[in-house]
Amino acid sequence: MTDAMTRSAMAGCLISLALLISVPLFQSAYLIDVVTEILIYALFALSLNVIIGYSGNVSFGHAAYFAIGGYTNAILLTSHGWALVPSFVTSILVTMIAAGFVAYFCTRLTNIYFAMLTLAFSMLVWAIAFKWRSVTGGDDGFVGIRVPEIINNRAHFYYFTLIMVTAATTLLWFICHSAFGRTLVAVRENATRAGFVGVNTRLMRWWAFVVAGTFAGIAGAIFGMFHRGMYVESAFWTQSATVLIMTLLGGMFSFFGPAIGAATLFILERITNEYTEYWPTVLGCILLVILLFLPDGLAGLARKVRSYVAGSN
Amino acid sequence: MESLLEFIRIDMGSPGLATLVSNPKFAFIQLLNSVSMGMNFFIIAAGLSLIFGVLKVINFAHGAFYMFGAYIAYSVTETMGLSFFWGVIGSAVGLVLLSVVIERSLFRFVYDKEHLMQLLLTFALVLILGDVAKIIWGTDQYSVSYPASLSGATNLGIAYYPSYRLLLCILGPVIFLALWLFIERTRWGRITKAATQNREMLAALGINVPIIYTGVFVAGSALAGIGGALASPFNSPTPGMDAIIIVECFVIVIIGGLGSLWGTFVGALIYGFVFNFGSVIVPNGQDIFAFLILLVVLLIRPWGLFGRPETEGQ
Amino acid sequence: MLETHDLHKHFDGFKAITAINFKLIEGERHAIIGPNGAGKTTFFNLITGHLQPSAGEVRYKGDLISGLPPYRIVKLGLARSFQRINIYPRMTVFQNVQVALIAQNNQHLHFFTRAHNLYKEETEDLLELVDLLGEIQDIAGELAYGKQKQLELAISLAANPRVLLLDEPTAGMSPSETAESIRLINDITQSRSLTLLFTEHDMSVVFSIADRISVLHHGEILASGAPDEVRKDVEVRRVYLGEEVGHASA
Repeated sequence: MTDAMTRSAMAGCLISLALLISVPLFQSAYLIDVVTEILIYALFALSLNVIIGYSGNVSFGHAAYFAIGGYTNAILLTSHGWALVPSFVTSILVTMIAAGFVAYFCTRLTNIYFAMLTLAFSMLVWAIAFKWRSVTGGDDGFVGIRVPEIINNRAHFYYFTLIMVTAATTLLWFICHSAFGRTLVAVRENATRAGFVGVNTRLMRWWAFVVAGTFAGIAGAIFGMFHRGMYVESAFWTQSATVLIMTLLGGMFSFFGPAIGAATLFILERITNEYTEYWPTVLGCILLVILLFLPDGLAGLARKVRSYVAGSN
Repeated sequence: MESLLEFIRIDMGSPGLATLVSNPKFAFIQLLNSVSMGMNFFIIAAGLSLIFGVLKVINFAHGAFYMFGAYIAYSVTETMGLSFFWGVIGSAVGLVLLSVVIERSLFRFVYDKEHLMQLLLTFALVLILGDVAKIIWGTDQYSVSYPASLSGATNLGIAYYPSYRLLLCILGPVIFLALWLFIERTRWGRITKAATQNREMLAALGINVPIIYTGVFVAGSALAGIGGALASPFNSPTPGMDAIIIVECFVIVIIGGLGSLWGTFVGALIYGFVFNFGSVIVPNGQDIFAFLILLVVLLIRPWGLFGRPETEGQ
Repeated sequence: MLETHDLHKHFDGFKAITAINFKLIEGERHAIIGPNGAGKTTFFNLITGHLQPSAGEVRYKGDLISGLPPYRIVKLGLARSFQRINIYPRMTVFQNVQVALIAQNNQHLHFFTRAHNLYKEETEDLLELVDLLGEIQDIAGELAYGKQKQLELAISLAANPRVLLLDEPTAGMSPSETAESIRLINDITQSRSLTLLFTEHDMSVVFSIADRISVLHHGEILASGAPDEVRKDVEVRRVYLGEEVGHASA
């Protein structure tokens, strides 16, 4: 992982941001919707990578926090008539507390045990969303989320999403490149050694989990308002697996990789669905290709291509 | 938030609980329901646990294998018109074939890879097998009839109880015993057990470890198929059933302790009881109860009731 | 400074450490010698919190430290190295040491302190000390074995210890690397007035560093004293223990 942002990476970020800002200028509702959703999934995947890439644990239940953020925001906005800011902030706090609670249990374990436990907790969230019909709408979903007037317009909502995702991503970038982020990587690389230089490794992994969960909650809250509904599928374990594939496709050893993975997978899904109903098979094959040929994802591939080009010159 | 309380409250005056206390016949039937359901779960989860114990791979596709078992039972009994017995045999054979192919062509490449890679490989299988099932069987919900000889009820003195479910109550312990005897009392069983401890040592002793791996994977997958076939009369084969059953199996093996046969047996029974009595006490509360039990177990023993503390990692 | 009282450690009935009463005096350079399997590393692991004793206690400056997790013990001023190299292999040399400094300064939960040039000077100073300044941006796992060993020493020093515990600091090194290590360890312990406790196979290393030696055998301390006394003792014991107690000095 590079220390400082290189000049080319910085340029890449600025160009991407300029392009993203200009999206509504094309006057295409379809384009705006697609990019909005990509932005949401990008944040979701970036948040997951704090656990996977930086702390080295595999969470199979990250969708839970996405759903908690989404449902809380939906309930506060719609059932309780809260204004956007308090509702949004409270949703983030609720997600943070939930992630902190779950992380207390999960960080006692590592490896497969950690993965299984995160999965079990996400299914608990799913079961609650499914069964608590009077509040969440059960398997009919929470439909008709009241979207505050100020962002109740496609372009406005787009800019709202862009600002939120950019701010969240910037925050995540600083966290991942902070003293905390550096130490977290050390815990991933060698937890025993990190313990013997004075790091409480479990506490580090707890914080990584909380940070990841919180940012997933932000993505979920935006997602609910965008679709004007939250559905139990959002908390189901296969959703956790999908975002995991996004992260891996992009590359978990790169900060921006997961965002690229999210965009790629989302666009591929849209295209595939035009032609066939068998997107899962395509996704399964993509996954096999990543596992067998692209262990470091697209970011790793880009790095290899770059060094190959540099080598042949 | 008024309904959160309503949601989790165990209503002491709930009709279910009152009936349970006042009507021993009802309680007895719930008891048998719990055991028969638990035993069905045991047969499925035992395969998952066995595979994890030896191969150290958590197989997400185990649920898909279960679903295939149920579908094959449907095809053999309803489409081909053979008896239910042949449906179960057909499921077992079908899963043996399917799992041999999968193990030989994919799994053996990831045994020495990271856990993440192994998990995701099995997830890729979930995605692909789900579509394959859709291609073969479509998206209809099928019903499989109970075997004719077991479609009635048996008089147990206190109450009548469906004969088919009684069969499950007996079949579970029989399979448990068979697995236990195989592992503890036969040469191959001991070798398999040794493979859970130390692969390198076995290889050094000249034992063909890949064969053991294939054998265990196939046996575990066949159990999923048999479990699916046995469940098919009351759990209609339908797309998406794989994603539900796998989580139930996970809960069972986490409660019992990953890789422990005893743990899986006890975990499956606990799950059966929680599911049946939980839904009597709080309608639709069974899932929540199951996860609460899971939480309690993990608080006390993070590695499960019969599992061992993990030694790797920190 | 550091003492153990009646320390025991059993593994499934196997007695790895039995009834060790040990005292480390401030400022001394104390070697623990003994054959393979004598319990040296186990003893280290008990002191540093990597293992919990079956019975008995470890005290540092009079305070009970057995039962504390390693990260707490490090903060009290006991840092260690490992017999088998224990670094962050995929991180750079710079980052390896930097992380220890971040932890030492309790900044590992600082979410918005940029890591980029954090403790740059301190890291460079430490790397200069162990002669790794030239490899500062190299990937740690790709260094030569001896260099990795030096890096591990730098990581331990970054914890700013009062007591340094080195488990086989020269194991696997070439003769010239070993000589360099001896010089380094002597320099560092003197210039930083550290108390040193180390285990070692190579008796020439032991005698060129230690000012006190304890002999560990079958989990018990057989002898303890100044090098000359122990040398005599060791030679006496070699007579009936065979070659077990360490290798002869080259």
